[in-house]
Amino acid sequence: MAQLSCVDLCLGYDNKVILENLNFSVSSGDYLCIVGENGSGKSTLMKTILGLQSPISGKVVFSDGMHKDQIGYLPQQTVVQKDFPASVREIVLSGCCGGSGFRPFYNASQKELCEKAMEKMGITNLSKRCYRELSGGQQQRVLLARALCATEKMLLLDEPVSGLDPKVTADMYELIERLNREDKITVIMISHDISAAVKYATHILHIGKNVFFGKKHEYLKSREGKIFDIAEGGAKQ
Amino acid sequence: MNFFVKIINDLQTYFEFPFVRYALIVGILISLCSSLLGVTLVLKRFSFIGDGLSHVAFGAMAIASVLKLTNNMPLILIITVLCAILLLRSGSRRKIKGDAAVAMISVGALAMGYLMLNVLNPSSNLTGDVCSTLFGSTSILTLTKTNVYICIVLSVLMLLFFVFFYNKIFAVTFDENFALATGTKANLYNLLIAVVVAVIIVLAMNLVGSLLISALVIFPALSAMRVFKSFKSVTICSAIFSVVCTTLGLLISIVAGTPVGSTIVAVDIVGFLGFYVAGLIKGGKKA
Ligand SMILES: Nc1ncnc2c1ncn2[C@@H]1O[C@H](COP(=O)(O)OP(=O)(O)O)[C@@H](O)[C@H]1O
Ligand SMILES: [Mg+2]
Repeated sequence: MAQLSCVDLCLGYDNKVILENLNFSVSSGDYLCIVGENGSGKSTLMKTILGLQSPISGKVVFSDGMHKDQIGYLPQQTVVQKDFPASVREIVLSGCCGGSGFRPFYNASQKELCEKAMEKMGITNLSKRCYRELSGGQQQRVLLARALCATEKMLLLDEPVSGLDPKVTADMYELIERLNREDKITVIMISHDISAAVKYATHILHIGKNVFFGKKHEYLKSREGKIFDIAEGGAKQ
Repeated sequence: MNFFVKIINDLQTYFEFPFVRYALIVGILISLCSSLLGVTLVLKRFSFIGDGLSHVAFGAMAIASVLKLTNNMPLILIITVLCAILLLRSGSRRKIKGDAAVAMISVGALAMGYLMLNVLNPSSNLTGDVCSTLFGSTSILTLTKTNVYICIVLSVLMLLFFVFFYNKIFAVTFDENFALATGTKANLYNLLIAVVVAVIIVLAMNLVGSLLISALVIFPALSAMRVFKSFKSVTICSAIFSVVCTTLGLLISIVAGTPVGSTIVAVDIVGFLGFYVAGLIKGGKKA
């Protein structure tokens, strides 16, 4: 059963349409990769799903016990000011904020959730460090741990590996894949890296001039996927 | 040695006057509140909100005096709170950027206020009045009991607000989009922060005057950020910094007869330099 479906979704800014008639759905445990060129509207789609902006028409429907506030979100390049004083633990714990309603302080189970998330991301030893003094890869892990504090069901990741070196990128993909496989968290990830998308994802959503949505093997046979095949084949020669 | 004994004796004499005690209580409370919110404001890039809102408050004061209101506090509070909400309203879809909007409202209110006072209410000592509103007069030393009570009640309310919403304030300041996406009512908290900021500014005008108010907001936060690296430690440090500097500044100005506002800011500057050097030493050690 679908956790999230987009029905005839049309999105954009100030009535300027970027994407039209988008239809797809995501079920529990899926790993969906959203691919497409720069500026094709991937981030806009994610913000619309999160309710940060409203669709021009159509709707985003949550079902199967899913609620909009239960999504964990890893933004594309969080613009954290260079001088923001915050420790890793403070940031990870802030992921629990949405779940506490008007309760002013975090309770024991939220603090435990935070410790577990840091453990999973392998950043427990950094917990007292200042966020802005960490490397790019470490910072992404911190933000992923924060996202884990906000959800047990679904993660939305906007280009989680941009700007990371190949080794750190591979580690990050492994981490995400483990969350999907072991913790059964639904993953929706935006990526430029089509080969990684094809390697890890169960479903692909390709947006741009032609829109494609379907299972991975269908994508490889489709027109959009063929382009990728040719490019990949060309690289191998 | 004799010099210090004389100063302490002087202070003892001064503390027998109730207005000196009032000034100290009010000064400490206001500096505490303004430094706590200062951290958020500096990080949200709203360092100048203090200036902007205090000029709005000045304009409101001009309206109140033209209308010949006896108690101008409610009018000033309402107008300032409304402007604060306008300025701090969240949302990236704003047409005019934050700093430009603050500058616009700030100079606009100042000019209109002065113009109104000049044209509609030519009192005998206009320059004196205006000067004391802008630079803070001795008015902190002429506080009435009622004013002190109002100030205490509002400050305590604000401290409670800050303690209870500390975690939300952090989440909203650090990453508003994430907070909003995961179900934190970011807009509501931004609104509350705006209201509290406006109230603090109106209160703080008594202390240092509207031109120097930004000092109370930014010096403690910036000083603490030189040395400390987590939100909690920065918040606590800036609160202590602010209270210590304001107390020192007040005492010095009473003993030496210097203007209250400028003396406090002078002490803030010295404190900031101290923390700056401490930050360099601490950073140097690590490297
Ligand atoms: N805040 C905004 N206001 C107006 N247009 C925007 C805004 N943000 C992005 N856009 C436009 O929307 C389009 C899609 O942007 P985006 O979703 O960020 O693309 P992607 O993430 O796929 O690279 C781009 O053409 C961009 O210029
Ligand atoms: Mg993007």
